[in-house]
Amino acid sequence: MTLAPTSEAQAADIIRAARTARQTLSLEGGGTRAGFGRPVQTDETLSTRGLTGITLHEPAELVISARAGTPVAELEAALDAKGQMLPFEPMDHRAIYAGSGEPTVGGIVACAASGPRRIQAGAARDLLLGVRLINGKGEIVKSGGRVMKNVTGLDLVKLNCGAHGTLALITEATFKVLPKVERTITLVIEGLDDRQAASAMAVALGSPFGVSGAAHLPAGIGTPSARTLLRLEHFRDSIDYRAGELAKLLASFGRAGRIEDDASCDLWRAVRDVTLLAEPRDDAIWRISVAPTHGPAVVAALQQAQLPFRHFFDWGGGLIWLACAMQGQERALQDAGAQAIRSAIGRDGHATLIRGTEDLRARIDVFQPLDPALMKITAAIKASFDPDRILNPGRMYAGV
Amino acid sequence: MSAIAFPIPDPAILARRDAIVAGLELLVPAECLVTSEDERRAFETDALTAYRRVPLAVVLPRNTAEVSAVLAFCHAQGVKVIPRGAGTSLSGGAIPQEDAVVVGVSKLNRILNVDYANRTALVEAGVTNLSISDTVMPDGFFYAPDPSSQLACTIAGNIGMNSGGAHCLKYGVTTNNILGVKMVLVDGTVVEIGGQALDSAGLDLLGLIVGSEGQLGIVTEATVRILRLAEGARPVLFGFDSSEAAGECVAAIIGAGIVPVAMEFMDKPAIEICEAFAKAGYPLDVEAMLIVEVEGSEAEMESQLARIVDIARRYGVKVVKESRSAMETALIWKGRKSAFGATGRVADYICMDGTVPTGQLPYVLKRTGEIVAGYGLRVANVFHAGDGNMHPLILYNVNDPAEQAKAEAAGNDILRLCVDAGGCLTGEHGVGIEKRDLMRHQFSDMDLAQQMRVRAVFDEQWLLNPAKVFPLDGRVAA
Repeated sequence: MTLAPTSEAQAADIIRAARTARQTLSLEGGGTRAGFGRPVQTDETLSTRGLTGITLHEPAELVISARAGTPVAELEAALDAKGQMLPFEPMDHRAIYAGSGEPTVGGIVACAASGPRRIQAGAARDLLLGVRLINGKGEIVKSGGRVMKNVTGLDLVKLNCGAHGTLALITEATFKVLPKVERTITLVIEGLDDRQAASAMAVALGSPFGVSGAAHLPAGIGTPSARTLLRLEHFRDSIDYRAGELAKLLASFGRAGRIEDDASCDLWRAVRDVTLLAEPRDDAIWRISVAPTHGPAVVAALQQAQLPFRHFFDWGGGLIWLACAMQGQERALQDAGAQAIRSAIGRDGHATLIRGTEDLRARIDVFQPLDPALMKITAAIKASFDPDRILNPGRMYAGV
Repeated sequence: MSAIAFPIPDPAILARRDAIVAGLELLVPAECLVTSEDERRAFETDALTAYRRVPLAVVLPRNTAEVSAVLAFCHAQGVKVIPRGAGTSLSGGAIPQEDAVVVGVSKLNRILNVDYANRTALVEAGVTNLSISDTVMPDGFFYAPDPSSQLACTIAGNIGMNSGGAHCLKYGVTTNNILGVKMVLVDGTVVEIGGQALDSAGLDLLGLIVGSEGQLGIVTEATVRILRLAEGARPVLFGFDSSEAAGECVAAIIGAGIVPVAMEFMDKPAIEICEAFAKAGYPLDVEAMLIVEVEGSEAEMESQLARIVDIARRYGVKVVKESRSAMETALIWKGRKSAFGATGRVADYICMDGTVPTGQLPYVLKRTGEIVAGYGLRVANVFHAGDGNMHPLILYNVNDPAEQAKAEAAGNDILRLCVDAGGCLTGEHGVGIEKRDLMRHQFSDMDLAQQMRVRAVFDEQWLLNPAKVFPLDGRVAA
């Protein structure tokens, strides 16, 4: 059964009642990311679909607030009407989960859905100014606010961004926004291998031209030949200059073609949403975060280990999207490559299984295992918000 | 007579002082331990100089292992610990108490690695903010957060207070520019969170730690982002006949889709004080001034400045002065960044740090003037207008207790005003002791209890910087 409160107070009542009755709750927005995380068995589902609406939009202050169940599309449309945008380019997971429904504001906060522009404009957590939430005791708590700079008290805002609803139900979120870019040009260099591409991206990101997207699509991902993509977004009167200068800087890597405006936006949407790896649908999909220059080495090690996979890089090489084939392999992959991937990453970085069967997600660590000291802290923080473990229990880590 | 209360020192700890010092002597060499009263006195306060407490002892460890040993010892002995960077806190974040050991990170001052390909630097936490930019500047890079105290303040302190600066309108504050930390927990356990990757595993503990005011642990190393410098940067000075017009101009620039790198505001008293000190060429015949800085190529800066000047003219700008050389640019910023120091030469002051929605700036400025005048005092306003982070400097005489009480009362009124206008108590200086007792004006007891339960996860016995951030009464354990 799904409970869909229409006010924050009602939602708090539901959580309090569930706690008293010792019932567990799955938290749900539009349901587009239901396949994210460890499978959770709960007594009830609590949906934010009745908690909707933009509650504040001050274009001159670059700030917008909305209730958790508000569709992201509604937020983006309101911003667009004022010539603004969400700077962190939230990923839409529907491509990889093949889900219906609408991504919500609460969902992008809960899973910290940052897109390609993270390298320049920041991640979801960086643009999230404030939240209202309900903890596992049914208490309404606010943290942060609506102003750009705020160090008043502990930052529970970031702590809840990417917590997958394991600490609290987010009921309202406030974001910093930015003026929409006037124009976008993507430079495309063809034929680079992973290492050359990482070098090219490092040069571009170390340039003063404000690269806002740096991705590398190896041969066979989208097109037969490899493409290294470098995005510029700027004022109408300066973007050609920047594109020209950047192309000159990258001349030693090859001639740079140009994809402009709408075509550029479509391409980056495909990178953002990992559409490029969505098929075949039974591939397991990993999201691997490492130091940008370490990305190609991780991939090379996995190729060495003969893991059957396809991949591409975002964030200048620091974000690897990897689709591991689960069918038609000579030897069955019991863990979708989890062990090989995590050993290739080493200490600095982490891997999350974004898509996999329920059985797989129950068997392996979906989120990167933590050092014992950090695991202990994680469990204790969970207990500080949700002492009876009624909210999305075990969604990130078993027993938390 | 101090208005801000300190906890009564624990007599049992004071009585054991010799034994505690002897225990510390076993952990660090003599040159890392400060025990004589004269030398301890150097650590009795920070930049909130009206309050002073001489600590039990001061330890200046040389590495993470020594920090760990000292914290493990203090934890076992039930001794409170006050983490300290350079002692530049304006909110009293580093002020000790008599029954506590100060652990300073000043000897952890090496830049361990600079990695241009990944655009990160690995530094020990006691390095100064400016030394990172100084190190990477010859290669065209910089570390973005730039608090006014950047010559002296440490990365450890910046992490503790989530420090900002003039340029965070575009580049963000400390929390947006830190990728990883090595941190010693209260019991001496060493943890590493994040690293060179652009996000970290599990819950966002890094986001929690930055701005936690030394209450969750002591950071000994940090991986910071370094960014490529823009091709060029150029400030323009705008002089206005009223603060309101300057405030409206700020809102109009952002409303027009332009986000400059910095937008700084000064009122007449601040302009006069800074100009007398820095000879920066500030206009003296105006009521308010903005410094607006843009970045990019020569042509880009010109076209952006043209748009910005156009807007300023619509708001009746009286003086427009573009920087024409690197030297003029440096002078313009020198004037702004020396505002606190220059004010200190004129009078004692307390510096407020409330942030308000930018649309509220004209109203809050007006009310600030009225509030301070109501106490018979003077105020100078110098602040980050683009993000609404106000810094009224309330001038008073520190040797006059009645005047100090008035200044603090005025400050508290202003901070309440900021919260009521939709803002917050502190934008970048931290709560410390200074704003601790106002926390209930911004947060409900339930909000604070949740924060305190999270705090207790890291420090069950409230040993780390315990007199700060949370009101002394009503504290909550796990």
